Amino acid sequence: MEEVAFFVGAIGAIGGAIAVVALRNPFYSVLALVVHLVALAGLFLILHAEFLAAAQVVVYAGAVMVLYVFVAAYVGGVEEPIWEPIPGQRLLAPVLAAALFAELSIAVLGTALTSLESEGPTIQAGFGSPAAIGELLLEKFLIVFEAASLLLLVAAVGAIVLAGRRQETG
Amino acid sequence: MDVTWYLVLSALLFAIGAGGVLIRRSPLVILLCLELMLNAGNLALIAFARANGNEEGQVFALVVMVVAACEVVVGLGLIVAMFRRRLPLNVDDMRELRG
Repeated sequence: MEEVAFFVGAIGAIGGAIAVVALRNPFYSVLALVVHLVALAGLFLILHAEFLAAAQVVVYAGAVMVLYVFVAAYVGGVEEPIWEPIPGQRLLAPVLAAALFAELSIAVLGTALTSLESEGPTIQAGFGSPAAIGELLLEKFLIVFEAASLLLLVAAVGAIVLAGRRQETG
Repeated sequence: MDVTWYLVLSALLFAIGAGGVLIRRSPLVILLCLELMLNAGNLALIAFARANGNEEGQVFALVVMVVAACEVVVGLGLIVAMFRRRLPLNVDDMRELRG
């Protein structure tokens, strides 16, 4: 049962990722990314990360993707140029990506970490629940939490400065 | 399911995202491919958290999501600013700072 769920989620994630890269219209790419994110949320559930799966669907597939859809609709379809500034880029890039995948796979499969060869230790109930994550976030990782909130504030101010309408006289 | 399966899947998704960044020229699609790479990293972090049986990797993945949201906000702000100034939405045309 778990294997079936894993392969369904994996096929959804890989299909969504390939569609993001391959589709010509940016709007369809955004929608393919939503498929990819929902499939990944399913995989998070299999790995007992319930809170992160919910956050993935609500924050990512919900809020962030709405932002993308707005900008894709605002900017409109972008023409991909025919000419290539770097000769052979379209041919070379997939080769490089395949090489990267091979390298990472060799690193994963050739590792001496024996804990990767199993499902992981048995876990108690409440693993990955909002209570457990929140306790870690507010006790052990409090500084990380505060730094993240500061980063979000800076990003919001930066976006307003970048995209805000300014006076034409300046 | 061995955790190795998840790590290989995460490597594949990361490679697809990296290939997309190299192939596509529209800044919007490049941002989408960056999202693919960040999410591949998240999957690896959560798989490691499961392999070790503690939730600290999940907290790290949550922080990665925060950073990704910031990156999206600033990146989309840049794209809107480029569009308003009638600049071409093509990363290869943005070469004024080239040495």
